[in-house]
Amino acid sequence: MSEPIIQRSGERHDALADAATASHATPYAQPEPTQQDAVPMEAPVFRLRDVTVAYGGTPAVKDIDLDVQASRITALIGPSGCGKSTVLRCLNRMNDLVLDASVSGEVLYHGQDIYASHVDPVEVRKLVGMVFQKPNPFPKSIYDNIAFGPRVLGMKGSMDEIVETALRRAALWDEVKDRLKQSAYGMSGGQQQRLCIARALATDPDVILMDEPCSALDPISTARIEDLLLELRRTYAIVIVTHNMQQAARVSDRTAFFTVELDEGERHRTGRIIEFDATEKIFQNPADARTEAYVTGKVG
Amino acid sequence: MSSTQIAPTSQRERVMGGLFRAALFVSLAVGILTLAWLIFSVVKEGWPRLSLDVLFHFPSSNPELAGAQSAIMGTIWVVGLTALITIPIGVGAAIYLEEYADRDRWWNRLIELNIQNLAAVPSIVYGILGLAFFVRGFLDLGQTVLAAALTLSLLVLPIVIISSREAIRSVPDSIRQGALALGATQWQTIWRQVLPASIPGMATGSILALSRAIGEAAPLVLLGGLTFITFNPEGLDSAFTVLPIQIFNWISRPQEEFHVLAAAAIVVLLVLLVAMNGIAIFLRNKYQRKW
Amino acid sequence: MSTTVTPASPTRPARRLGEARPRYGERIVKALLFLCAAVSVATTAGIVVALAGPTIEFLGEVPLKDFLFGTEWRPLFSPPDFGVLPLVTATIVVTACALVVCIPFGLGAAIYLSEYARPGVRKALKPVLEVLAGIPTVVYGFFALTFLTPVLQDIWLFGDPPSVFNALAAGLVMGVMILPTVASLSEDAMAAVPQGLRQGAYALGASKRIVATKIVVPAALSGIVASFVLAISRAVGETMIVLIAAGGTPNMSWNPAQAMQTMTAFIAAAGLGDQSTGSIGYQTIFAVGALLFIATFVMNIFSIRLVRKYREVYE
Repeated sequence: MSEPIIQRSGERHDALADAATASHATPYAQPEPTQQDAVPMEAPVFRLRDVTVAYGGTPAVKDIDLDVQASRITALIGPSGCGKSTVLRCLNRMNDLVLDASVSGEVLYHGQDIYASHVDPVEVRKLVGMVFQKPNPFPKSIYDNIAFGPRVLGMKGSMDEIVETALRRAALWDEVKDRLKQSAYGMSGGQQQRLCIARALATDPDVILMDEPCSALDPISTARIEDLLLELRRTYAIVIVTHNMQQAARVSDRTAFFTVELDEGERHRTGRIIEFDATEKIFQNPADARTEAYVTGKVG
Repeated sequence: MSSTQIAPTSQRERVMGGLFRAALFVSLAVGILTLAWLIFSVVKEGWPRLSLDVLFHFPSSNPELAGAQSAIMGTIWVVGLTALITIPIGVGAAIYLEEYADRDRWWNRLIELNIQNLAAVPSIVYGILGLAFFVRGFLDLGQTVLAAALTLSLLVLPIVIISSREAIRSVPDSIRQGALALGATQWQTIWRQVLPASIPGMATGSILALSRAIGEAAPLVLLGGLTFITFNPEGLDSAFTVLPIQIFNWISRPQEEFHVLAAAAIVVLLVLLVAMNGIAIFLRNKYQRKW
Repeated sequence: MSTTVTPASPTRPARRLGEARPRYGERIVKALLFLCAAVSVATTAGIVVALAGPTIEFLGEVPLKDFLFGTEWRPLFSPPDFGVLPLVTATIVVTACALVVCIPFGLGAAIYLSEYARPGVRKALKPVLEVLAGIPTVVYGFFALTFLTPVLQDIWLFGDPPSVFNALAAGLVMGVMILPTVASLSEDAMAAVPQGLRQGAYALGASKRIVATKIVVPAALSGIVASFVLAISRAVGETMIVLIAAGGTPNMSWNPAQAMQTMTAFIAAAGLGDQSTGSIGYQTIFAVGALLFIATFVMNIFSIRLVRKYREVYE
């Protein structure tokens, strides 16, 4: 086996990160329990089969097959414009907001097809949380940002408790507990993004979708959020789109490599998944030459 | 090889450039100086009668005794009622056009075209509309406060719609996406996030629309006419007059004293407008969010 | 910090998607909001219906040819004359006087604000223009009658001086009132011209004057023309200034120093006269109103198309 192509970056004194690294020491291609898990692998939270997304009739991504497991971080990597965000947005039907988007194939959430005709996208989004590339807190207080989701969903229970739990889970409570009523816009970029994570957690989803959550942040904030992801992994399934290969290698358990190809006889480039496997395998021993070219930096 | 010396500006360019600049200056000056002349003349003319009498007396055939109280109260009634009618409809239309309407549908494009056209229809045509449907015709309200308010509401509605749309448009889409991704419905997103964030812009736009309504006389000439109103409005079905109409009334009298009175009333009207616009600008500067 | 590994949390029960609720509330809201937007269509329809009925009745009594081409307008005389031309020529004369002011000076102000003025100056001057636009038309009418006409009478050099009511004073003041509209729309059009065009010309050694007149104005032309068309439309539709200062008797003349009654002034005067519903006097209001509406409608649509064209080019 060749030398690890991507070195783990140093300076990790967080015990959880150590645990994560320990788990990656055991490569797995088939779903099997690792050191870190005390629970067996269950049926996947999301299962995509033959998913194609087209805008105005032109396919943007084709033939997507993907599984998202609970308590795992799944990374979607690849060059710009190959449909990673498009696939991510299928999982909570945010693609519906684009006027001429159409989705074919199967997107199963706990076995239920979320694109079935009787399914209301609003209901899907209550169960699947999303964090965006650029932090987008509401122009309200920190408290009201977190409380918005639970209020709108009509969640029962003490709102104060819900807000505190969400902020604790996002590792933000200690920093803001004394200024909950202040505007969210007074926070730094990294704090705002953790606020957005807390906001997504407040509605108690079991999947969190993240679209390049750190690309607008400085390295220190990025590191804090990556630590947070490893902590959140214990409770949630996380799908993260990232341009940062090292980030994918650092935090994810499984990685899907996307690229754009011009098929025979077609005029448009469509995105596809070339390889989807354990992160360790993708980065150290990829099966496809295109994957290797990307992760070794030969192509952008 | 040609010279590498940098020449000074050519004589011709200096002359032409200077003349051009002067011409542009004159253009600006025309507007500004006329404004100054207008304000100065009006204040000077109305000065002898500028006192609280103008505000508190009622019109009379004796210029010494006349005042504009009925007109001022009439303006408050009519414009107040106009605000109540036009703002909800205008904001509602703006929300529909910005958040719900699919631009590809022909009926939505028709609505947009209508609004743009109505913004430029002569105000007296609105008076004709009001005369045909509100004063006589279908609603047959007579020359009343309600008929006047309905007419003015239609007149300023395009302004309310256009400015409200801009306010809604200025709310970044990332806010909507964030709310929808949490599982909010479209209306929940609009009501709880988009509208609250766009209120400063809407308030400014509405105040400007109402400033326009306060100064309108032409449509109301057809609706309330030049009847001699010496009482404050008592209800929606009351006859009325408004300040611009009262001013017009006094201008039309041959006696010079009434012209002085008209000038004084104009000063009151201008002060009122300056106050309203001042509030609008204050609101805009204080609450306008820079996203 | 502890160094032991904490076990992962137990599996969570699989979530079920709720059944889709029909969400009647959302549909009702959308319908209500659509109705609000449809008020605009209803208004236009209302205007057309309001004008059409009495106009058709009117044309039943007065042949269209006599209406459009007759040169005497005496609807309340006996025998009455229903030739609308005197009103139309008066409107044209007043509009022409207004355009003499608002087009060159409006465009000049726009060029100055767009190409010459420093940002601070621009910020200070734009509100002044907005004030000009916000002054009620009664005030402008009063100004024209009381202050401008005497000055015109004093400085008049040739021929008969303007009478107390005259088209010129009304037209000039109207021009000042419309000037901000021309300035603001033209300035928007010029602001939309990409900086790249200007920079290319400056880099070739063109002066500011050349860039403004030979590069920016031609590039912004459709927006500028749109502002002119809108100015004409506003001048044609303006009522109070002409009602107060231009005169109340129809007069088919091209001499702006004379008094004449425009279409709008006639409608207002007739409305003041409180005609009984259905009488021929009542119907003339609508017939002239229909002519006015059609003229401004055509100009508005033309102007809207032009604005759309220049927006498309640059966006």
